[in-house]
Formats: sequence, structure tokens, C-alpha cells
Amino acid sequence: MNILVLIKQVPDTTEVRIDRETNTLIREGVPSIINPFDTYAIEEGLRLKESAGGGTVTVMSMGPPQVEGALREALALGVDDAILLSDRAFAGSDTWATSYTLAAGIRKRGDFDVVLCGKQAIDGDTAQVGPGVARLLGIPQVTYVRKLSLDGKRCVAERMMEDGSDVLGVPLPALFTVVKEINEPRLPSLKGKMRAKKAEITVWGVSDLDVDDREIGLDGSPTRVMTIFAPELRKDGAVFEGEVDETVPLLMKELVPILKAEI
Amino acid sequence: MDYFLTEDQEMLKELCAQIAREKILPMREELDESGEFPWEIVKVLAESDIYGVYIPEEFGGFGGGALEMCIATEELSKICGGISLAFAASALGAYPILLFGSDEQKKTYLPPLAAGEKLAAFALTEANAGSDAGAIETRAELDGDEYVINGTKQWITNGGEADIYSVIVRTKRGTGIRGISALIVEKDTPGFTFGKKENKMGIRASTTRELVFQDCRVPKENLLGREGVGFMVAMRTFDKSRPGVASQAVGIAQGALDEAVKYARHREQFGQPIASFQAIQFMMADMATQIEAARSLVYSAARMVDSGAKDVGKISAMAKLFASDVAMKVTVDAVQILGGYGYMKEYPVEKMMRDAKITQIYEGTNQIQRSIIGSAVIKESAAKEKRGE
Repeated sequence: MNILVLIKQVPDTTEVRIDRETNTLIREGVPSIINPFDTYAIEEGLRLKESAGGGTVTVMSMGPPQVEGALREALALGVDDAILLSDRAFAGSDTWATSYTLAAGIRKRGDFDVVLCGKQAIDGDTAQVGPGVARLLGIPQVTYVRKLSLDGKRCVAERMMEDGSDVLGVPLPALFTVVKEINEPRLPSLKGKMRAKKAEITVWGVSDLDVDDREIGLDGSPTRVMTIFAPELRKDGAVFEGEVDETVPLLMKELVPILKAEI
Repeated sequence: MDYFLTEDQEMLKELCAQIAREKILPMREELDESGEFPWEIVKVLAESDIYGVYIPEEFGGFGGGALEMCIATEELSKICGGISLAFAASALGAYPILLFGSDEQKKTYLPPLAAGEKLAAFALTEANAGSDAGAIETRAELDGDEYVINGTKQWITNGGEADIYSVIVRTKRGTGIRGISALIVEKDTPGFTFGKKENKMGIRASTTRELVFQDCRVPKENLLGREGVGFMVAMRTFDKSRPGVASQAVGIAQGALDEAVKYARHREQFGQPIASFQAIQFMMADMATQIEAARSLVYSAARMVDSGAKDVGKISAMAKLFASDVAMKVTVDAVQILGGYGYMKEYPVEKMMRDAKITQIYEGTNQIQRSIIGSAVIKESAAKEKRGE
């Protein structure tokens, strides 16, 4: 069974501050880590390979050259090989262009049964890249997976819902995004760390991939961030107690003028 | 501070710090309370290859030596000096095999120890023989192809948890230290059982237990070296392992200092953090200086052991003596800096103070260390005089 795990390098948000002038993250001096949700995807990839009794686990990421650090961390955990999609032309990608580029990388790599991602990245919190990649590859996807097992030629995925869970049988190849309830990631080993230090990391740029120049990087990114702000905290809430028949009219009486004023 | 560690040693240090932070920290309070053995941590350490750091590559290890053993022990002990023993005490039990084992014995026993699949323990102390190792009474008599062991060992770290025991026994009556030998005994050997588990002041997550031998038969191939060298096996083992105890002490002390400084920076009295008071600053300065001196001595001793130097008894004893005294003093001062909070179990420094005490006692009391150092100093002087210097 060949498994691809998509990971993202993110700033350690426990140490990130926001520049109040520009409303952007101050990244200087902030250590980079593997997106925590992706560490569960890596662990699940390793476990899936172990339960399948063979195959490979490959990690792939898109980003600047320093993402190599995150890929080596994954290699130290026992991942077989690592691919970095890195090119100046990829800079400024939003989730659309990122999904497009990663899908092109996966097609070039070929020969995979399962693609795993974390449910979202802790910096952008969009949860869009995993589903985007699945759509572009034309394969089934299950998001928010908290349990994954192999059942012959398909996978059985338990999707976490607000009110319980769905159990889905999924033909392969397929993409799954995982939640932290799925497993407890292992720590690296000394031998793994030594292997990771020496490992060769494959780097692919624009010329290595079958991509349309208009679909990548900033040009390929329809998202425009107009402004980033922290919503003001409203403290003047009110509670209406009593029977619904009585409280709803009271609520409407308060609410309607406010809504009208805002429009 | 640069300790001139190699890239691999830095990697080991970083990994052990991560294990301590992520896996040991969440468990230390509970295990200190319950006294349960940290099998979950043993599994993590095994999977991370830590058990093999001081074992040669040909026997499945990482190929390091005493310094690697010290680096790992120190990092784990910064968070818990009790849990770290699940690693360090196994090294103590493995050293007799590493130093005196035949090729066959090494091939049999070292690989599972390096993989952390099995733990080892070292058994010397008895009710009437501690510092006076020559007074041991546990007997091993040759009967055909087997030794028959009878007697009781006391206060054995990893007792009952370990699978492989290096046991110091008497093979000849009334001949003092010359009648002592060392045997490998495996758990589940008929006649080998475990007595009471001790309820201790500190290092409570480490198991300390009696080993009871009643007509316990082991093949004579389990003899380490030859008959009569048991005392030397014990002494040479301690020469190599004492930097390990010393590094446990350095780790405990560093952990306590870290807690004390953090507390002093945040605790406010008289309208300012107590760290701004000279009385506190000077205590912290002394603690930090003593720890740095202890660490330097421990690393020097470990490097000397790894260099293959012949006589490392004195430097090893010095490292153990100095570092353990520092650990005791620093942890007492850490409790003092935290004041009333330091005395409560909500903060880890009272535990560190309890854990520190054993480092002055076991693997040779600090009084024994001083007599080792004292006699070495006298011998050196006499040798100089003889050479006419």
C-alpha cells in the first residue's frame, strides 16, 4: 500500500504575535513546526502501512526551501521518502493554487492508494487544501476522520460529526483528512533521526510539473485578503427567560431595530 | 554553554529532552504518588532507541559510551529522577556483561537490552553487606554444570521488573573479597523470586525490591569472567556507572533550578518579582554555578571512561560525590526559594529534593566515594615519591 501524506510547515502559534499596525503575523524569530494536525496524518500513514504489511509512506509539501526541516522531521518518524514542491513561481499561492500544485505533484509521483492530510492548518484554519486536492485528482474524500482501517481493497473511515459519527466504506485511491482523536503520534527514534539527517529530499519546481502557469502562485490565486482583524468583543448581551411564546416576540422587538439600523 | 558535544550527541540530548517533556512530565506526579513502574515510558524509550546508546553497534546498540549514557540520564532526570532510573539502572545491570561478558554472553544478553525489550538490574547489596561489599553472604555453589544460589539481595533497583540480573555471589567461604564471583541470572529461573517492594522517600517511580534465591540453579556458563573476580566486576562496573548516577544528580539539580528561577521571576512580594531581590539572586547564582561545575566534572569523567583510560575510579567517584552533594544542596535551596509553595506537592521541587537524597547514598555512599578518592590520592603521592619526584 502506497500512502502519500501532505504536510505544511507552520509557525508555532503558541509563540506567534500579531503586528497591530499591519495585522499580519510576526514570523521573525518564531520557530517553525509541522502543522500539528498533519502529525496525526503522518502517524496514521505509518500505521496504515504497518497494517497493510508493506508499501511506502511518502510526505509531500509545498513551500520555500526551509520546509526541508519539516520533511526531515517526518523522515525521522519512519516515513520512507519526502518530496518538496518548491519554486519562486509557487509563492503567494492561496488554497486554490496550493491544491492545484499539490495535485500536480501527486500525479507526477503517481502510484498511490491513499492520500492523508490533517483536517486543517493551524495558521490559516481553512481546511480547504485536502478537499481541493481530492477534487482535482478526481478521487473520493472523507474529511474529519477519527478512525481509519483497511478492509480488503477499500478503507473504512469513521467521520467525526457534531452529533456522532458516520462510518463509510471508501474505494481506493481516496483522500482522508484526519482529526487529532485518530491516534497518538510516535516520537522519533535515534536511528530515524540519523537516517533523516542523511536522506535525500526530492525537490520539484515548475519545470518538473505538468502545470498551467496561470493556475499557480499569486496569479493562480483568486483569494484576495482585504484586511485581517480581530472581531470586537460585544459584552452587552441579553437573556430572555420564560416560555417561547412570550420570549420570541420580546426578542424580535429588540432585534429588529438593531438589524434595521445596521442595514 | 558549549559542552563540545558531537552532532549525534546533540541529537540524543534533544530527543531525550523531547521524551521527558512530552511523555514523562505528564506522568511524574502520578507515578511519584502511586510508586508504579513506568512501563509506558520504557516502551517510548525503547522505540526511540535510547536503551542502546551506550552499547556497541555489533550488539544492536548506538555505539556510544558513558557520555551518551550520561546525556540521556541527565535529560530524563531534569523532569523525573525516578522515571529516569528505568533507563539508568538497566545500564548499571548491563555494564558487568559489557565489561566482563564472554562474546557468547554479550551476543545473548546485550541485543535485547539495547532494544529495550528487556531490562537489566545489578544486585550486590544485602542486609549485612552494603558499603562493605566483601561481607556478602549469598552463596553460589557449583554442582555439576550448574551453580546453586541461596541467599537474599536487598534494595535492588529494577528488581522484579528486569529480566536480566547481574548478581554478585560468594563462591568460596571465608576468603573475603577473593571468594566473590558474578553470575547472570534470568527472571523466571526456578528458585528465583522477589521479596517485598520498598516504600521509599524518593525515586518512587523506580522499583526497589528484594531478590530471593532458594536453590536457584543457573548454568555455569552464566559466570561472568572467572570465579573470584566478582569484587572486581562490581568495582569496575561502578567505575563506569558512577558518572551515570552523577548525571542523574545533575539533571535533578538542573530541573530544580529551572523551577526556582521560573517561580522567582513571577512571584511578587513587596510589589516586585522576588527574582529582583539580591538574596534570591545570589542563591540562584550559587545554584547555577554549582550545577555547571558538577556537569563539567561529570562530562570529564565520562569522557575519561570513554577514552579507555585505565584508572577511572578516582574521577568517577569525584563526579558522583560532587554532583550528588550539589543536587542535595540545590534542591533544598529550590524548595527555600519557593517558600511555602515549595513545601507543597503542587510544585515539583519537594519531589526533586526527595529524589536527590538517594544520589548521595546509592552506588556507594558519598563516604565510600571519599575513601576511594582518599586512597587514590595517597597512592599517587606514594608512587611519586618512589619515582623520586
